[in-house]
Amino acid sequence: MALSKRRRVLPGFGLSVGYTLAFLGLIVLLPLAALAWKASGIGVAGLLHLLAAPRTQAALKLSFGGALAASLINALFGLLVAWVLVRYRFPGRRLLDALVDLPFALPTAVAGIALTALYAPNGWLGHAFDAFGVRIAYTQLGVGIAMVFVGFPFVVRTLQPVLESMDRDVEEAAESLGARRSQTFTRVILPVLVPALLTGFALALARAVGEYGSVIFIAGNMPMRTEIAPLLIVQKLEQFDYAGAAVLGVVMLGFSFVMLVALSLLQRWSRRWAEASP
Amino acid sequence: MKKKTILFLLALLTLFAAGNASAKNITLLNVSYDPTRELYQDLNRSFAAQWKAQHGDNVVIRMSHGGSGTQARSVADGLPADVVTLALAYDIDALADRGLLARNWQQRLPDNASPYTSTIVFLVRKGNPKHIKDWPDLIKPGVQVITPNPKTSGGARWNFLAAWGYALKQPGGSEAKARAFVHALFQHVPVLDTGARGATNTFVQRGMGDVLLAWENEAFLAQRELGKDRFDIVVPSMTILAEPPVAVVDANVAKDGNRAVAEAYLKFLYTPQAQDIEARHFYRPRLAAVAQKYATQFPAVKTFTIAQLFGDWRKAQAKFFADGGVFDQIGPGSQPDR
Repeated sequence: MALSKRRRVLPGFGLSVGYTLAFLGLIVLLPLAALAWKASGIGVAGLLHLLAAPRTQAALKLSFGGALAASLINALFGLLVAWVLVRYRFPGRRLLDALVDLPFALPTAVAGIALTALYAPNGWLGHAFDAFGVRIAYTQLGVGIAMVFVGFPFVVRTLQPVLESMDRDVEEAAESLGARRSQTFTRVILPVLVPALLTGFALALARAVGEYGSVIFIAGNMPMRTEIAPLLIVQKLEQFDYAGAAVLGVVMLGFSFVMLVALSLLQRWSRRWAEASP
Repeated sequence: MKKKTILFLLALLTLFAAGNASAKNITLLNVSYDPTRELYQDLNRSFAAQWKAQHGDNVVIRMSHGGSGTQARSVADGLPADVVTLALAYDIDALADRGLLARNWQQRLPDNASPYTSTIVFLVRKGNPKHIKDWPDLIKPGVQVITPNPKTSGGARWNFLAAWGYALKQPGGSEAKARAFVHALFQHVPVLDTGARGATNTFVQRGMGDVLLAWENEAFLAQRELGKDRFDIVVPSMTILAEPPVAVVDANVAKDGNRAVAEAYLKFLYTPQAQDIEARHFYRPRLAAVAQKYATQFPAVKTFTIAQLFGDWRKAQAKFFADGGVFDQIGPGSQPDR
């Protein structure tokens, strides 16, 4: 093997790759393989039947559509929050910074109950919205809010280090060369941020798609309207239908995979764009 | 020197004592559903004391609580439960299907293997502002009903079947009428929580709905914990007899050799002493003498059972709650043409 004879700068390549593969296999691939194996019991006909059911379609649409909308909101406001936290110095900044992680730390059921308490028709915010005839808890809007909540930290935390390491000189150079402020932002700052923004978006999306604990409290769980796909999985399990549950799991995984691949392609393209931009 | 001798003697004494007292330490695992937490704390203490007095051994009963279906799945997947005490027979049937216990488990103990029972009642807001007295009042205009999702909650399946059975047992009642009634009932359900505790939370804390369909023991608990001044319990003219069953898990007691204790433990649940504890925790006792004592707590109500109306839980589950079953056909979001 010519490869192993060549000296590498870092030692321990074989060991670390072996460890990486073993760890990934044990923690990620093995459970996924078990899932696929359980799901295979149902066959293609069963899979198609499941996918054709209006209820499955409605749940998948809500889970993925809601997650997409929630991550878009998170990308926008996460960028804003990260920008403010990195670029400005003001009292209470550190406290705000620490607050960002809260959705990570809170058990999801607690988050769900807290959000429902807030947005239910008798809650503080829910009451105010109710006056305008807007229902949040127990509607698709409520599902979206829970998804925004759990995904929020991802965007902020992926953007912060990139923003911090950005050279101010470049911006100053742009300005001294006569760029308008909006031009500096869109031509100089944004291209550098986009890859990290996409990473944060993808993480928030993945989290929102799989979220169960907090959503079920605020969703109302009405079939065809506010029933998320993970809840359908739980319903299958309640009937001891392991194969059916696994198939739904595989379907969700497939959709997520396609989305994540698309995002990573987008990311690669955006990097090239960043390098190409002056 | 002196100190050492004393220590030595003490050590010897301890060894001797330990060797002499042949009291065995026995550990049982009881896998149960959610609202039985406080009930089994009391029952276990009582049983341990009795076993100690009769056999000299120490019995420690560990508990596991959760949703009935989730608990059954855990046992199916290897949680070494010596006994299961769940919300409905279907969940134990599922264990029997996997060979963990004999298929005739429900005939091995008296009363369908359900030492205590409950019923489905209505919890309404104080003063009963919507005048809810009986099942037909639930489908009056403007009434909202809170009940968990029968697909995810064992307790909610009892609620569903109680409504169905009521409509079926009315004069001139029929399958079609029952279907129409339950269909109308679920048009009045704004939220389907996944479990009974979630539904109680929605009704009590979120202020949703006018009536909560609940097990009688949970309605009493809610009233006791949240104050009698906030909620009233309404007992309908007719309801279902909820029979939460218990069983020894044969495969597991065979492994750890606990069969004798496990069986004694479940038989204990039928004794006057245990029945009294169960009644104190708002479950209806089976023993007439104990029931007499708590007659003021449990108003007499006409009931029907799963066996009378549906044969058994397997049949009820397949007909109503399986995918594409009656609940999917007439519940919220159903497509009537399907």
